[in-house]
Order: sequence, then structure tokens, then C-alpha cells
Amino acid sequence: MSDHENAPIVTLTDAAKHFGPVRALDGVSLSVSLGDCIGLVGHNGAGKSTLVNLINGGLAPSSGKIAFAQGQTAFGAGVRSVFQELSLCANLTVAENLRIAHSALNGFGWRRRARAEIRASLDAVFPGHGIDPDAEVGTLSIAERQMVEIAIGFASRGSEARLVILDEPTSALDAAIARQLLAHVKQFCANGGAVVFISHMLGEVFEVASRIVVLKDGKVVAERPTPEFTRAGLVDAMGHVAAESGGVATARRDFGPEVVRTDQGLSARRGEIVGLSGLAGHGQAAALARLFLSRSSAWHAGKTPDVVFVAGDRPRDGVLPLWSILRNISISILRNDATRGMVNRQAEAAVAKDWKTRIGIRTDDVTNPVLSLSGGNQQKVLFARALASPAPVVIMDDPMRGVDVGTKQDVYAMIRAEAARGRTFLWYSTETEEICQCDRVFVFRNHAISAELNGTDITEEKILEASFEMREAS
Amino acid sequence: MSFLARHRIILPVVSLAVLLAATFYMQPRAMSYFGLNLLFNLAVPIALATIAQMLIIMVNDIDLSLGAFVSLAACVTATSLNDAPLLGALILLGLILSYALLGAVIHMLELPAIVVTLGMSFVWGGIALFILPAPGGVSPDWLRTLMTVKPPIAPMAVVAAVIIAAVTHLLIMRSGIGTVLRGVGGNARSVARAGWSLVRLKALAYGLAGLFGVLAGMALVGLTTSADANIALRYTLLSIAGVILGGGEFIGGRVSPTGAVIGALTLTLAASFLSFMRLSPDWQIGAQGAILILVLTARLIFSRKGAEE
Repeated sequence: MSDHENAPIVTLTDAAKHFGPVRALDGVSLSVSLGDCIGLVGHNGAGKSTLVNLINGGLAPSSGKIAFAQGQTAFGAGVRSVFQELSLCANLTVAENLRIAHSALNGFGWRRRARAEIRASLDAVFPGHGIDPDAEVGTLSIAERQMVEIAIGFASRGSEARLVILDEPTSALDAAIARQLLAHVKQFCANGGAVVFISHMLGEVFEVASRIVVLKDGKVVAERPTPEFTRAGLVDAMGHVAAESGGVATARRDFGPEVVRTDQGLSARRGEIVGLSGLAGHGQAAALARLFLSRSSAWHAGKTPDVVFVAGDRPRDGVLPLWSILRNISISILRNDATRGMVNRQAEAAVAKDWKTRIGIRTDDVTNPVLSLSGGNQQKVLFARALASPAPVVIMDDPMRGVDVGTKQDVYAMIRAEAARGRTFLWYSTETEEICQCDRVFVFRNHAISAELNGTDITEEKILEASFEMREAS
Repeated sequence: MSFLARHRIILPVVSLAVLLAATFYMQPRAMSYFGLNLLFNLAVPIALATIAQMLIIMVNDIDLSLGAFVSLAACVTATSLNDAPLLGALILLGLILSYALLGAVIHMLELPAIVVTLGMSFVWGGIALFILPAPGGVSPDWLRTLMTVKPPIAPMAVVAAVIIAAVTHLLIMRSGIGTVLRGVGGNARSVARAGWSLVRLKALAYGLAGLFGVLAGMALVGLTTSADANIALRYTLLSIAGVILGGGEFIGGRVSPTGAVIGALTLTLAASFLSFMRLSPDWQIGAQGAILILVLTARLIFSRKGAEE
């Protein structure tokens, strides 16, 4: 490669970004050159999203400098980003969404060109994807939407993409499709592109990244070529205790009577943590939603609900965006402390304060708006909301999407403690590590249960075996 | 995904067809060139106003000033545009620009459109009263001729509805900029991230709405030959109902121009249908509401079924 090609696409010099008193990013220097694949890790609130927004030109730094190669704008330098929260227009088709991102796609016949371009990009990243460019995005599954978003990031869009920022790209994808993406990222970098890859799945980061940058509290605490890191070293650098690898052997406990049984064959006993696994989008979320709706009344909530729900899709059915953290927590228990239909403010505040410390929500004041929290902390609020209610059954629909390792450990411990006290958990997760926390696992395939695994049978191989059809469908 | 959920346009078309069949059954003489023209004459300004409302709903806002705005445009058309065409045209152009400005202000100051437009409705109403304190004015001749033209085969009202639907379909559903505008309703943040100026896009949506509002006022004067400051007040709610009847949704940028025109036709027809039923005018508004609820219930049931599949 010539010197010219090795010139950095973007160079940050001591860049900082403050939101009021909050130092989201506190002086970061970083340069990304062609051929680089940078793994960016750090726990939630470490400043990754802010850094991404500086690199892609979405935010201007409060101090410091950002310089792009070839022209002054991020887009002109070929910087593209794929965001963590799904950011497509659900009312438009796949091809029309490309039009939003690609403003030069104009004039007569733009639809035909948009269809061809997005199809080419989808084919390149996800061979055999089966997504119709004319499908309305609202009709696609979350995994398919994520695939479309990634494909738009890599699409040519007038000028070649040179640096693609992927923020938690695999969080909604199942293992096979995530593999396709990782292969494409490696290919893309080998061909002279650059990628900034952000993921909580350290295995993926180790696999694709040539260099790993660790962020902590708005600062770069480590930046080294990947081979110089070990997994434990990386987690240490992020500032959390290394996660126990593999399945945590849960002590065999005695469970109470069966409290959940559905027509599908899903069952759970009192005090049990039941996992739902399998490839994403094979009916796990629908099974949980059906169970929840059948056990809760639309007419009368009652003082002691039978089931509570922890949402994984936070913007859609999780947070109440205009409310404070306190209100977001207490919504599930308002009736318990109410006197003659009036909210008991003191009890409400006490519960919120209690859960803030118990689950470790990072905020100075629970009356702050809930959107002031990072994604992982918003998720903690949702856990607090569910666990604060006295409901005996807790349903969790992939609640740890995009949550950092430390938070996960906190939540695992809390779930185990609550289960020991007699609560039942139904837990759908796309991550094997979480499934290994469960006492019993149901593996879903094509909207039906294909296997039930117990205790020591819960291993990645067994789950994968049950997730894939081994023989060709006859 | 069910067939009906995929093709949102079917339900509005069926509603209109059923209502039309019922009207013809009760009053067979309506089934003629002249009869159709009478039935749908007043649908032209309503269709234009519905398109204007649709453009606002498309960007997740709602316009409560549209009726007053159309009345004002009608008053200007019946006075200034007739007496001093150049001045009148300039005033109408100013009205369109002020709508665009309104959109930009609503976006920049993050004001709720429902409050701003409610306030603006009194401003428009006041100016209209100032221009035309008592009912009167005269329609410009060319406008009168245009609105009473008798095209071959189909009556003016039907031809106009088809043209309005076709032009707005091209503008909103097929063109690139229309797609981006719908994107603003679907996910404004991702549009902004892609480098578009939301202020300009909102101003464009509101400006287009202003244009169609002015056209609605002009068409109305062309039909009625004179104006009045309160001539189109009921258009505010009619236009919202028309958008929803036509398969649009209040949020999420899901709108259909063809559906909106069909919705406007359905609402106009519902009024005539109730007159044919010899229903006392006292009950007509209630009955119109009942028809609206009926159609919306049908849509809800179909979309639920579509979601279950």
C-alpha cells in the first residue's frame, strides 16, 4: 500500500465532548487508517456512542480537533455509521430507506437503481438473505431490519464507503448471520476499507479487530493490537471483574409446583429460571407475549399482578421516554401503596431509591429524565420496574440486548437471588452465556419447541443442535 | 401479512363503492353524468384540503387551522384575486410562504403543532373577517369557467379527483423528495442523520400543505361564486377524517394520497346519502360520524387479523 492510501481517514486530537456538567468524552486521540479494523469496547456509559457521533460528524467536539481526509465532511471522507438502536423508517420500503441515506439517488428511475444497489449490498454482506427490496421495513423482523441497516452502511451510495462504524451490529442477529457479517467485515478491511466495530461480544471483537481500543469514563485507557490482549485482560481494562466463562453450574434446587404451562409445551415451576433459546425470530418472543397476555387482564390490573414483563425493545415497549427514572420504576407498583386512588409519593420515592442502590442505576438523582441514562442503565430501570412489583412470574424478552458485561453480572446475581426467594423467570435470550444461567431451557425452532434441556445438558452444542435442522427438509 | 394489510387502499375503495351503490339504489337518477357531478361537486375542494392535511399528518403533525386557512384563501380569491389579480396572486403566495415558515418555526422551537395551528386558526379567521366582513365577493371568471367545465365521458368532479390523486401520488409516493418527506414521519432522526435538514423538510411539507390549502379555497370559490369568512371552517375536521378514512395513520408517516382523495369523496357522498335517506339535518352530523366509526372499526378488525397471521 502506498503512503497516500495509508493516510488516516479520520484523526481525533484530544477531542472532548461535554453535555452540561457531564463529560461524555474527556480528551480522546485516535486515528483510523484504511485497512484498520478497530474494536471499540467499554461498558455502557463509557462514551462509545459519543465517540461514534464525533467520528461520523453527528456531533461537534466541545474541544479538541477532528480532521477528515479528502474534504471536510465525514460523509465526504466516506464515513458511514450503523447505529445500535434501529434507525430505519418503518413506513418505507427497504429501497426507499436507501434513498434517505443516499441523497444523490435522484431523477427518473431512481427506484430501479435503489433496488439494484441495496440488493447488491445485501447479497455481498448476507448471501442468501431472502429480503425483498420492495418490502416495507415495518413488516420485517428485527434481525432483518438490522441486516438492512448494515447493508445500507456498506452500500456504495455515490461515493465508496471507506470507514464503516458498526455499533453493536450483531445484537439482534443470530449466530449464523453474525458469522456472515464478521466474514464480510474482514473481507472489507482486507480490501482496503476501515471498520470501527463496537460489540459487547468480546469473541467477535477478538475475531475481527486488528486493534482494540478500550474506553472507560470518557477516556482511552488502552489501545493495542489485538494479539496483545487476552480476554481477561480486556475485561480488566474495561474495569469489571472478568465474567466466569462457560456455564455457571447452578446448584440443583428443589422447585415448587408448576406455575406456568402453555399449549405449546412451555412450562415452569415456582422458583425456576426457564430459558427460551434457539435462533432469533423463531417464535420465542411471540410465545412469551402470548403467555403474558393470557395471564394479565386488559380490563382490571389488580393489586398483585400475576406476571410482569421486562421488555427487550426499550423504545417500543419499555421506557416511558418523557418520564423521570423514578416514575419509570414506580409505574408497576403505584396501586400497591395508593391510598384512595391517590399516589403515595413517599412510598414511591422510597421504592425508587431502594432499587437505584440495589440494581446500581448510575444517576445522581432518580428524578432525572429516564433518557438521560445510557441504554444499559435504562434496561436496569426496566428490571427494577418489574422486580419491584410482587408478581410471582417474570417474563423477559431478550432484556440484555446491548448491555455491558458488568451490568449483566449484576442482573444475573439479582435474578438468581429473586428465584431463590420463589419467583419464576421465563427468559428469552439470544446469547448462550445467558441461557447457561438457566435451570431449564426450551429450544425453539420454526415456532415450536424442538428440545427441552435440563441442568448439565444446557450446553452450546446441544442448543445449536436443537436450533438447526440437521437434515434437509423433506 | 394479509392481503388487506398489504394493500391499504382496498378498504377505502370498498367503502366508497358500497356507499355509492347504496346511493344509486336509493336514487337511481344519480347514476348519470349530471347526477355524479352534483354528488361530487363539493368534493373537489374537500379533496384538496384533505391532501393538505395529509401532508401535515405525514410529518407527524396535525393542522387544526386548515378550515380557517381555506376560508381565508377563499376570501382572498373572491376579492383581491378578482379585483387586482397580481396583488391577489401575491397575497396567496404569501399565505403559502407563511405556512412554510410556520412549519419551520414549529420544528425549530419544538412547539406542538396542534397548539400552534389552533392559535393560527384565529389569526387566519381574523384576517378573513378583515378582508370580507360580510359574505360576498365574486369569483374570477376564469376560475368559474374552470370549475364548471364539462369534460367528455366523466364529469368535472370525477376528472379533477383523478388528476389530484395522480399528481399527489407521483409527488408523495413516487418521487425521491416525497419519499424523504414520508421518512420524516417514519423516523425523523434517521433522516437527520443521513444529512437532511429537518427544518427545510418540515417547511417544505407545510409549504406544500399551504399550496393545497390555497388551491382548496380557490376551487371552493369557483364552485360557490362568492366567499364568506366562515365558508370552510368544517374542513378542518373533514380533512382529518378524510385522511384517516383513506388509510392514513396519525403517526409514522403512513399516508396515502389516493386514499385521502377517496376518503374525501366518501365523506362528501355520505352527506348526500343521508339527505337521500330523508334524515333530518339535525341527525346528519351524528350519522356521518357513525359511518366514520363503522369504516374505522372495519379497518381495525382487518389490521388486527393481518397482525395475527
